Amino acid sequence: MSTRIFGEPIPRREDPRLLSGQGRYLDDLGHGALAAAFVRSPHAHARIVDIDVSDALEVEGLVAIYTHEDLPGQVGHPLPLLIPHPTLTQARTPYPLAKDEVNHVGEAIVMVVATDRYLAEDACQRIRVDYDFLPPVVGIEQSRAADLLVHDDVPDNVSAHMLQEVGDAPAAIDAAPHRLHLDLDIERSASMPMEGKGVYARWDADDRSLRVYTSTQASTSVRAAIAARLGLPLDRVEVVAPDVGGGFGVKIMHPWPEEVLVPWASITLGREVTWAEDRREHFVSSAHERAQQHQVDVGFDDDGRLLGLDVTFWHDNGAYTPYGIIVPIVTSTQLLGPYKPGAYRVEFFSLYTNTVLVTPYRGAGRPQGCFVMERTMDAIAAYLGLDRTTVRERNFIQPEEMPYDHGLVFQDGRPLVYDSGDYPATLEKLKKLVGWDEFEVFREQARADGRRVGIGIGCYVEGTGPGPYEGGFVKVETDGTVIVATGLTSQGQGHQTAFAQVVAEELGVPVDKVVVTTGDTRRFKYAVGTFASRAAVMSGNAVALATRKVREKALRIAGDALEADPADLEIVDGVVQVKGTPGATIPLSTVAVLSNPLRYAFDEETKRATQFAAPADVDKPPIEEGGEPGLEATAYYSPPRSTFANGMHAAIVETDPETAEIKILRYCVVHDCGTLINPRIVEGQIHGGVAQGVGGALYERMVYDESGQLLNASYMDFLMPYATEVPNIEIDHLETPSPLNPLGLKGAGEAGVIPGSAVLSSAIEDAEGIRITRMPISPSELYHLRQKESTTR
Amino acid sequence: MKPAPFAYHRPDSVDEALQVLAELGADGKVLAGGQSLVPLLNMRLAAPTALVDINRLDQLAYVRIEESGVRVGATARHADVERDEATYDALPLLRQALTHVAHPTIRNRGTTVGSLVHADPSGEMTAVLALLGGSVEIRTAAATRTVAAADFFLGPLESAVGAGELAASAHFPLPEGNAGTAWVEVARRHGDYAICGVGALVTLDDDLRVAAARAAYISVDATPVVRDLTDAVAGQPHDAADWAAAGALAAGELDPEADIHATAAYRRHLAAVLTARAQRAAATHAEQR
Repeated sequence: MSTRIFGEPIPRREDPRLLSGQGRYLDDLGHGALAAAFVRSPHAHARIVDIDVSDALEVEGLVAIYTHEDLPGQVGHPLPLLIPHPTLTQARTPYPLAKDEVNHVGEAIVMVVATDRYLAEDACQRIRVDYDFLPPVVGIEQSRAADLLVHDDVPDNVSAHMLQEVGDAPAAIDAAPHRLHLDLDIERSASMPMEGKGVYARWDADDRSLRVYTSTQASTSVRAAIAARLGLPLDRVEVVAPDVGGGFGVKIMHPWPEEVLVPWASITLGREVTWAEDRREHFVSSAHERAQQHQVDVGFDDDGRLLGLDVTFWHDNGAYTPYGIIVPIVTSTQLLGPYKPGAYRVEFFSLYTNTVLVTPYRGAGRPQGCFVMERTMDAIAAYLGLDRTTVRERNFIQPEEMPYDHGLVFQDGRPLVYDSGDYPATLEKLKKLVGWDEFEVFREQARADGRRVGIGIGCYVEGTGPGPYEGGFVKVETDGTVIVATGLTSQGQGHQTAFAQVVAEELGVPVDKVVVTTGDTRRFKYAVGTFASRAAVMSGNAVALATRKVREKALRIAGDALEADPADLEIVDGVVQVKGTPGATIPLSTVAVLSNPLRYAFDEETKRATQFAAPADVDKPPIEEGGEPGLEATAYYSPPRSTFANGMHAAIVETDPETAEIKILRYCVVHDCGTLINPRIVEGQIHGGVAQGVGGALYERMVYDESGQLLNASYMDFLMPYATEVPNIEIDHLETPSPLNPLGLKGAGEAGVIPGSAVLSSAIEDAEGIRITRMPISPSELYHLRQKESTTR
Repeated sequence: MKPAPFAYHRPDSVDEALQVLAELGADGKVLAGGQSLVPLLNMRLAAPTALVDINRLDQLAYVRIEESGVRVGATARHADVERDEATYDALPLLRQALTHVAHPTIRNRGTTVGSLVHADPSGEMTAVLALLGGSVEIRTAAATRTVAAADFFLGPLESAVGAGELAASAHFPLPEGNAGTAWVEVARRHGDYAICGVGALVTLDDDLRVAAARAAYISVDATPVVRDLTDAVAGQPHDAADWAAAGALAAGELDPEADIHATAAYRRHLAAVLTARAQRAAATHAEQR
């Protein structure tokens, strides 16, 4: 290659289109379609006594009204349990439309189809549902108490109880020179993509085929789910993820009720039907995450080295568990971060509440785990009077100890083995970036001005790129365009740029010749989905492997044409040439023509591949034995286990001595996601993640009242940070390649969000001298912590 | 989130608007910038039978400096008021407060008079009108009446504008004497409704001692609250007055409510702190003018 494109911070190729209003999101499609709207439960826990639709029948433009009893067979059955687990003994999943009972505000009860959404909502408003009220279970405390049950047949509200142990932690803690106990809580938040969910279905009655557009992170799996639920042959169902305006986890959950109901209505009515979730629906009928209560017992020596760690936590899984218990499993394993815990025991209870169900949100249990571990590290440092970074350093897994086996089972069902990473080097870089050792000077200066400042740190290790597999398809067209397809979807991550860089580098073509399509089952049928920071690792490597196959074939064909040994050939700027022999060249576009022996020519270019065009070895078949026409290949990447990225954040905050307002003065990130495909995209991922981390630490919570009403189900009262609340983010990288995959990649998608609550609680605690044990924290709460502290002193 | 059906009227003149409003009576709802009303419609929290869109009433799109104060017409946008230099020279408090009203894009569309009529107890301009002792001119096809701020805000989201009436303009009087003003507030995020907001008006005598001090509050009661704090600081030098005492005096009289963002105690604490800050800033402002 003349110049490398892999590793270059080129601008995202999708941005001009997306930023100039040329994107095609779900609600940009299907203008002639009928519109669906839903009557959703206004109550957190109730039995449905009667549904009276008679008033709604008068609405002009009404097409259909469906309740549970209208759904035939499988269509009405409870939605699948996507990820079973042996400890998830009491899994419950919702019906697409509630049958007899509702278990959270927002649960769908009636589906209305009308000629437009306005009229559908008019009809919804006229439908009367009578309820018998049941007492709701709201919050972890009430669920743990189990005086009331969410599901009558689930004792103690416990869906799953899981325990993992390495060594004898209680004994190690008992025998340790020092012991601490901590209670640490994190509240609810949610993914909150700017585009909600949405489904648009087109049934072709003549072809007996269904095309579904859905704003999803897993189109291939939605396809399988729809085919199964609606009793259609898989090859009669196509699912396309159009441009998706953010996912952050909530769209990996599937099939959502609407992903079954909208296609079913389309078939039943023989009409196109569309549904675009509005913001209020998204708050109460999608998914939330994060709420957990943790108890930590830790034993350590005089140097602050961990000897034993015993963590018990309670996870609020909401009303149903369709996505299994991935979130608490991730917390229980990823809590360990870059540290050796000594003996480790972790136990969790996953609990039902009458609230919106819980599925992974960017970070997926890691922010809670990181908060728990990092608060513990800070507590040990405070107890021993040591610098917080010193305690961390002493507990780090060292580079020479890699690969490091924790002896636990990770969320992919594989051993928790860290593949690579240099934690001491990461910390060193961070301390330098933030000026950790010079901070006391700054603190004194600020204090002299009557200002109160603090510094905090948070370290994490993130298992990324779990299997089972992803694939990539690469094809060189006869005009030299390189078509790339993955079944894996995009929600704005920049795959059209990053995958193109991989292909351009591997094949030797200009990056602007590469066109990437993602998440369209017409183009690629086998895939798992975009979650767990896996797209670059999984599809990036699959695309690289497919490209290498294409390159090998191209060199073979070009070798024949140029009468050269393929080993002597290289591809530069889309032209195959003999190394060191100017003039002996053939464009890849021509190689693509030659790769497909033709009987019929359509233009000048294709004449070259017809039967009388050139002398050929008449004893050989036009396509070599075992070969295929076309300059294309498909390849899959399936890793033995996850690869582990890591990072460390530091923040400097200022707290107003009077108003208790909390301001982030600096936010520094050192990040290691292995080899970088595009540093600009990685930094963008970090920026977005940090913004969500700041949101989770200082602003966002789901405020349920005791009756199970979500009091802040709008962007007015659910406080996602604006640009004005997100600090300038200073970033430094380390690149420790993963030994597990050909490109050395580790995932980067979730990293930015993970230590938000850990690092900001650490900084606020440092500024205030008050223990911070619950996040998020608001100025009002900080004010009351100060009041409490001043009265107890 | 689609509104219930409504009839839509878009008069081209003030006379036509007043006629339509008279015909509709209680069924008509005036649509100005729509920054509060449209979300209420979409969430079906409001379902008026008819909307009267006044956005074509260019005659009311003025910000006018009069001898006694600044008059703002019904279709003048917040941004028109905020950015008008002559208005800022005459009455800086308008800009001081307006920069805290939501975000620039909202101020480009939302109207100042509309925000007064909306009477949100967190709306900055309600307290500005109250602090200055301003008034609103309310018209019907038959008559025009002027309602003082003290009588204009009746409750949360409830103003004195009645059925068939149009709030045609608001009048913000110029303070007398050597007066300075300031606006301070604490909001959860930039541009959010304030947890507590304070407008201050401090008048100094010829010796630069405090002659009068008043403050107005948002988000602490059902309507904007105005407090005279002169007793706490009267006669004290402008740069050494006991503003904390003024804050304590104000906060002691307030009885704010808790919501999901702040406790009542924190709100009251903020009222004291922000009163002191606003008064100090207003005194400095008076001294510099």
